[in-house]
Amino acid sequence: MNTTVAPALPARQEIETPRSRSWIGAWKVAKRLLTNPASLLGVLLILMFAGVAIAAPILAPPANARQPYLIPRDGFAPEPRPPSLKHPFGTSEGQYDIYYGVIWGTRTAFQVGLIITGCTAVIGLLVGSIAGFYGGWLDEILMRVVEIFIAFPFLMAAITMAAVLQSKIGRGLTVSMIALIAFGWTTYARLIRGDILSVKQRDYVLAARAIGVRDLRIIVRHVLPNAIYPTLVVASMDVGTYVISFAGLSFLGLGAEVGYADWGQLISFARNWIPTLSRHWYIVVYPGVAILLFVLSWNLLGDAFRDILDPRMRRPR
Amino acid sequence: MWRYIVRRLLILPILLFGVSILIFSMLQLLSPYERASLYVSDISKNPGAIDAIVRKYGLDDPVWLQYWHWLVGQRDPVTGQVAGGVLRGDLGFSKTGKQAVVKVIAQHFPATVELVLWSSVPMIFVGIQLGVLAALHQNKWIDQLVRLVAIIGYSIPIFVFGLLVLMVFYAQLDWFPAGRLSDWASRVVLSPEFHPYTGLNTLDGLLNLRFDVFVDALRHIVLPAVTLAYLNGALILRVTRTSMLEVLRQDYVTTARSKGLSEGAVISRHAQPNAMIPVATIGGLLLIGFLNGAVITETVFNYRGMGWFFADAALHLDVVAVLGFALFNATLLVLGNLVVDVMYAWFDPRVRLA
Repeated sequence: MNTTVAPALPARQEIETPRSRSWIGAWKVAKRLLTNPASLLGVLLILMFAGVAIAAPILAPPANARQPYLIPRDGFAPEPRPPSLKHPFGTSEGQYDIYYGVIWGTRTAFQVGLIITGCTAVIGLLVGSIAGFYGGWLDEILMRVVEIFIAFPFLMAAITMAAVLQSKIGRGLTVSMIALIAFGWTTYARLIRGDILSVKQRDYVLAARAIGVRDLRIIVRHVLPNAIYPTLVVASMDVGTYVISFAGLSFLGLGAEVGYADWGQLISFARNWIPTLSRHWYIVVYPGVAILLFVLSWNLLGDAFRDILDPRMRRPR
Repeated sequence: MWRYIVRRLLILPILLFGVSILIFSMLQLLSPYERASLYVSDISKNPGAIDAIVRKYGLDDPVWLQYWHWLVGQRDPVTGQVAGGVLRGDLGFSKTGKQAVVKVIAQHFPATVELVLWSSVPMIFVGIQLGVLAALHQNKWIDQLVRLVAIIGYSIPIFVFGLLVLMVFYAQLDWFPAGRLSDWASRVVLSPEFHPYTGLNTLDGLLNLRFDVFVDALRHIVLPAVTLAYLNGALILRVTRTSMLEVLRQDYVTTARSKGLSEGAVISRHAQPNAMIPVATIGGLLLIGFLNGAVITETVFNYRGMGWFFADAALHLDVVAVLGFALFNATLLVLGNLVVDVMYAWFDPRVRLA
């Protein structure tokens, strides 16, 4: 690939890159995130949810320590019961304890959001880097593949995939996560590719090439650190989006199993009680508020992130 | 311009080929027995009969041959009838719909179109106006309020919003019912005197001069339409605001102001039309938003359109129907995107040169 390389250059010498400066940039970004009221709220909410997730065994001690994600039931009566001392948020259809589900659902939400975002980002990073850095026919093929995946409406595609996989291996968290990952990686592939195309032509990358630095090293040390911020903006928003999508699958009955501590699954019980929802409000409101605040916190963070990184969004004149 | 359109048209078959390969690969994950419903409507439980079907339609043939048969269909050597064939418009049989997938799509498509129309037209209008309003008062309380409404719009799951709306306006106040029509109205619509010209109940009600049917259909469509509109409108609002902010900073806006034009004229004649260009790019995204949103919205409101059927089929693992719907929707989206891109290139000459 490196046709411009002269064989006997001092390749060990480090090229001056904006990398050292990017750490100062990171500090500045963090400082602005904590002074902006909206993003501060986002950060505080995320910390609160993280606290709840960590303290789940204390806040809601599991009846069966081996399977803490199974919501304990208080009998089997179909009709939901309103909040009481024993069940602070009431019980859902089949007497599943809503409080327990909301608390442990926080862990599920973090798992689902972070794992899906992480996996899609890594796959997208690989595909996007390869396509953007090498260009040519490889880029052409990879981008056509991306377009084919984008041709499907995301949630529909994920539902389709989840249905196919479930008919093979049964219902569960992993199945629906795989389905969401399978159609989610394309955003990152496009984003990273675009970033790399623009960074690739910068002087410090050309210089690194000229002294014969290997491709992989150029990508990892010089190109990616400078393409990372736009990815972080999308990633922080995506945690929320994937939690919503996953909850949607659960709501339709294609996500977590019945009785699993998952907000979408918990809300899906409400489908049978729509005409009497004004009496049974608690089966929607508690898990609904939890999911709204969780997603909101990530969106606030991502929004503020984007405003900070995009100078055009600051006050005019 | 024409070169751009031709280039886009040339990519189209490649894209559709890729889409078909992806759908077909998912089908291959099923066992030959499950795939039998691609060609046969009622599969008997008798193992011998199933094996005969698998042999007859070559469901254990090499993959490339199966792909070909899936595309163009297969001729029955005895009766001479052709079965299957995606290109012939045969997507197999749905076990939940108990008929051909294509028929199910045709049956449920008008309901979804009706919902999307009632939802998208007001949404585009309101979303753009609010976005412009927010941009004109950047960082004032009205901007903060609009942004708050928008950020909640894309943070709340569609089914939570839908259930809350149902809780207030159906369970508590009983203003708007769930479903698509009241019982008496469905009897009217299905009666021989009522001509279903379009399949859209509101429009048909007007065309048949049955205004009671029109009002009933409208009452049923309000809540799902508002739900779909709010969650997609948040996107259009955000894009309009950002784009408007950028345009307001351009030199030609300053020029227009310094010429002494009134602020109203500057906004409506110089700024807003230019700010609409980026908004047009999210046409494709909105189409995705509506197709995705319809699945959950229709399920929550028990509004029996395409999305409702899709979710129901997926829940019952009616994979042949689900994949048929996915193929149909992907094709719809590919064509929709083509239209959006061409229109965009028409409006903005800079796109064609890129």
